[in-house]
Amino acid sequence: MSFLLTCPNCGTREVTDFAYGGEISPRPKARPSFRELNEYNYFRRNVAGVQREWWFHRSGCRAWFIAERDTTTNEVLSTTLPFEEPEPPAAA
Amino acid sequence: MSRLPQRPGERIDRSKVIRFTFDGKSVEAYEGDTVGSALFAAGQRTFSRSFKYHRRRGLMCCAGQCPNCIVAVDGAPGARACIEPVREGMAVEHLNAKPGLEFDAMRATDLVGGPFTPPGFYYKTFIRPRRLWPLYEKVLRHAAGLGVLPRHREDREWRTEYRRRHADVLVVGGGLAGLRAAARAAELGADVVLVDEGPEPGGSALFSKDRERIAPLLTAARDAGVEILSGASALGYFDGLVPVWQGQTLHQIRARSHVFATGTIEQPLLFAGNDLPGIMLSGGALRLMGLYAVSPGGRAVLATASDRGLHAALALHERGVWIAAVADLRPTLGALADELKARGVEVLAGHTVIEARGSKLVTQAVLAPLGGGAERTFDCDLLVVSGGATPATSLLSQTGAETRYDPQLGHFALAGTAPGVHAAGEVAGVEGAEAIAASGALAGMLAAHELGFGDERSRVYAAELVDGLAAPGQERAAVAVPPADAAGESRGRCFACLCEDVTSKDIARTVAEGYDSIELAKRYTTVTMGPCQGRMCQLPSIRLMAEHTGQSLADVGTTTARPPWIPVPMGVLAGRPFEPAKRSSIHWRHRALGASVNWAGDWRRAYDYGDPQGEALAVHEAAGLIDVSTLGKLLVSGPEAGEFLDRLYPNRFSNLKPGRIRYGVINSDAGRIVDDGTICRLDENSFYVTTTSSGAGAMEEWFSWWLADWGMQVHLTDVTQGLAAVNLAGPRAREIMGRVSDMDCSNEAFPYLDGKQGQVAGVPCLILRIGFVGEVGYEIHFSSAYGEHVWDSLLEAGSDLGIRPFGLEPQRILRLQKMHILVGQDTDSESTPFGAAMPWIVKLDKDEDFIGKWALEHYAEHAPETSLVGFTLANGRVPTEGAVVVDPQGEPAGQVTSARYSPVLGQVIGMAWVPSALAGDGATVRISDEGDTLFARLQTKPFYDPEGEVLRS
Repeated sequence: MSFLLTCPNCGTREVTDFAYGGEISPRPKARPSFRELNEYNYFRRNVAGVQREWWFHRSGCRAWFIAERDTTTNEVLSTTLPFEEPEPPAAA
Repeated sequence: MSRLPQRPGERIDRSKVIRFTFDGKSVEAYEGDTVGSALFAAGQRTFSRSFKYHRRRGLMCCAGQCPNCIVAVDGAPGARACIEPVREGMAVEHLNAKPGLEFDAMRATDLVGGPFTPPGFYYKTFIRPRRLWPLYEKVLRHAAGLGVLPRHREDREWRTEYRRRHADVLVVGGGLAGLRAAARAAELGADVVLVDEGPEPGGSALFSKDRERIAPLLTAARDAGVEILSGASALGYFDGLVPVWQGQTLHQIRARSHVFATGTIEQPLLFAGNDLPGIMLSGGALRLMGLYAVSPGGRAVLATASDRGLHAALALHERGVWIAAVADLRPTLGALADELKARGVEVLAGHTVIEARGSKLVTQAVLAPLGGGAERTFDCDLLVVSGGATPATSLLSQTGAETRYDPQLGHFALAGTAPGVHAAGEVAGVEGAEAIAASGALAGMLAAHELGFGDERSRVYAAELVDGLAAPGQERAAVAVPPADAAGESRGRCFACLCEDVTSKDIARTVAEGYDSIELAKRYTTVTMGPCQGRMCQLPSIRLMAEHTGQSLADVGTTTARPPWIPVPMGVLAGRPFEPAKRSSIHWRHRALGASVNWAGDWRRAYDYGDPQGEALAVHEAAGLIDVSTLGKLLVSGPEAGEFLDRLYPNRFSNLKPGRIRYGVINSDAGRIVDDGTICRLDENSFYVTTTSSGAGAMEEWFSWWLADWGMQVHLTDVTQGLAAVNLAGPRAREIMGRVSDMDCSNEAFPYLDGKQGQVAGVPCLILRIGFVGEVGYEIHFSSAYGEHVWDSLLEAGSDLGIRPFGLEPQRILRLQKMHILVGQDTDSESTPFGAAMPWIVKLDKDEDFIGKWALEHYAEHAPETSLVGFTLANGRVPTEGAVVVDPQGEPAGQVTSARYSPVLGQVIGMAWVPSALAGDGATVRISDEGDTLFARLQTKPFYDPEGEVLRS
């Protein structure tokens, strides 16, 4: 795996600068059933295609942000801080 | 050192003599020589012994392509002599031959013959009896292999560095096409890097008639600002990232567009004895002569499939080598053959070499017409072969480019490239210096254009180049496809793979055994898996497979091209070892006090000061001081800080009063313990959170992750590195505090679990009255700049009261006496607060949701299978941490997590996970530890000060 990610704070960096937080699987809003809880804790959709996922700029500003990435090509479509509108990625 | 007269183009500087040793003997060389050229000039013909049969092998390609000249340089195996530059004083040694290169005892494997080492021999022979495998392995490892790594090389890893380079265009290959491509792309404004394997750019033009074209192209590339890396090999292509090994640097080059101008690889011919020293590829002979002024032989026979061999014959003849005969596979001869004939050289059309004879060096070559006929034997000391040239498409294949078998050319040709990847020059099938340079210019411009560089003019020019290259201007030079094996089976070993000593017969046998796919045959015979990575053997083995399976070459297909493209030392890939050690600001005081310092995660910590038991006792009897700067420290502030912590921890913090402290355990949403620490409310809006030392980084990520998800009005500051902390504990701690601080430290003014800000030794501090070690204690946090000052002041203030510094090990004894858990030591990824005997920490009546709530609700209703409890051992030894707790049926049912001898209690204490049904006070469980059975008495209350009276006093 080798590609570039654009940190919303710092700019474009090698992926090795970042830690992967996995696909975004929202925490249940209300009390889940035991089955739903286990699905949330242990199951992932593992999409072959574009998915929204968490990244952490571990060797940089140490901010969490959300990326849209095609898991089949590693093309990053957007990166954005939570609660902000996505920006198109810098040319990479 | 015999050399040819000086000519332009040679790389050596005859005014500078360099001396090195080969197997201990001194060798003279000129500056610019390679180890290979210098040794050959000094008369060396055997450079290595082969992998399996220990046959003599000599220089063949002189271009770092074949495995024949692999040597050890200064103790490091794997250097290819033919491209390794000479250095004054370097120690070169042969590999894989004992007792010596000239007499190798293992040669017996070759002389004994065939049945000893067919493919799969090891698998079939050494498999039983199984218990003997360690013995077999020892013998086999000794017999085969490519050298031995020295056991100790202390500075090895320190010699390589990573370098990251981002560029617009990366050009791989610095021949005519690559240089032109780089220059054109840079002239259009692109940031271009060019990497080339050779010691100087030029590629195969360096030793050909096109040599004079190099200088202007190189100047143009330099003037346009191309960064040129020489002696730099591209190792592979990883999603656009190309690692390039250059001496002590691993460049990680990421370009937006790529041009591959990797040229071709000259192919050997397959005939009996085709591995004898003195048999060279035409390119190898030309390199030796042209670059190093070394005559490859005195009397030569040539065998060729294309004009390459004829050009070589002319060049050899020109430099005084007697040409005994030239065998050309092609049925009709052209102008080059006429030129040779005019010089009196015999050229045999439709002929090839079927056998080479000789023991230490080739002495005779047997030529015969293709398809059989009158054989002719020629004496020689040099046999130059050229089986055509195959495009070096391996790196391109890694980018997704396709190859297709071309029956006219007899090799797999490039059939298309992926977007953003361009091929130029011979690798793309372009021939002739003019066309090669033009294809380079085109590739460079296309790469630049697709990145937005260039203008209308350059686009028009590029279009013209496309037309020019497509125009049917020049005829393709005729090439004959060599036979899979010219010798047949009877004449002697014919090697398809020099790296792994796989013969044409081995491949026939492999097919007969049913391994009829190239990928299976590769794994069975290991053909293409040696150091040459298929350069010399891929095409020959495909031809042999096709012949024996009856398939076409296109159907046999190629094996998958994988990195690394050239053998690379592990140390280069590992780079500089980067294991940063964290040291507290007080670290050097511990050193001065004679502490034994060990790793604790990333930290270097004082384990003890030589007397862990005495240090622990001092904390009980007087006072002790420990450096706890490694604790994770987070400042959580903002109007919603309390609510934020309520959501992260299973207990409540929003109702904590300013100046008070509460213990907290972080759980995952699966209800498992992740970390623990204390939280002190500083004021209405801010909390000071400590985490475990090893969990500091992970907790900061955890906190900020949930903050990013929830978007609360909270600000998080990691002050782990900025603040030092020491814990002053013991019955005299209060008295010592009184001496260094003007605060009222009485129990009434500063009770247990209070956190106050005040001065200690004149330094502003946050002082937490907590008791991890079980005695009255003050955990003092302050700016790490004052670390040594505060440490010194406290030790000095308590010196007459018996204060002692204590390390991590006595702290572990002390906390175990209190059954204070260590997350990660006493808990694992399955532990819940209920199992860990901390149900009180979970406030399920909390209205708000918190991380882990739903899972913990579940665990609250389902009793844990195992529980963490304390135990004592009457007269037993200290059990190993991890020793097994055995249930009454004798089945493993838990494990010991911590155990120590407690000096103050005078007995062995510990903690263990035991079946919950057994986990009552006074119960006895069996512990099985390294063959011993120990009887442990369980207890649920702390061993020391069970009611916490000491702590609160």
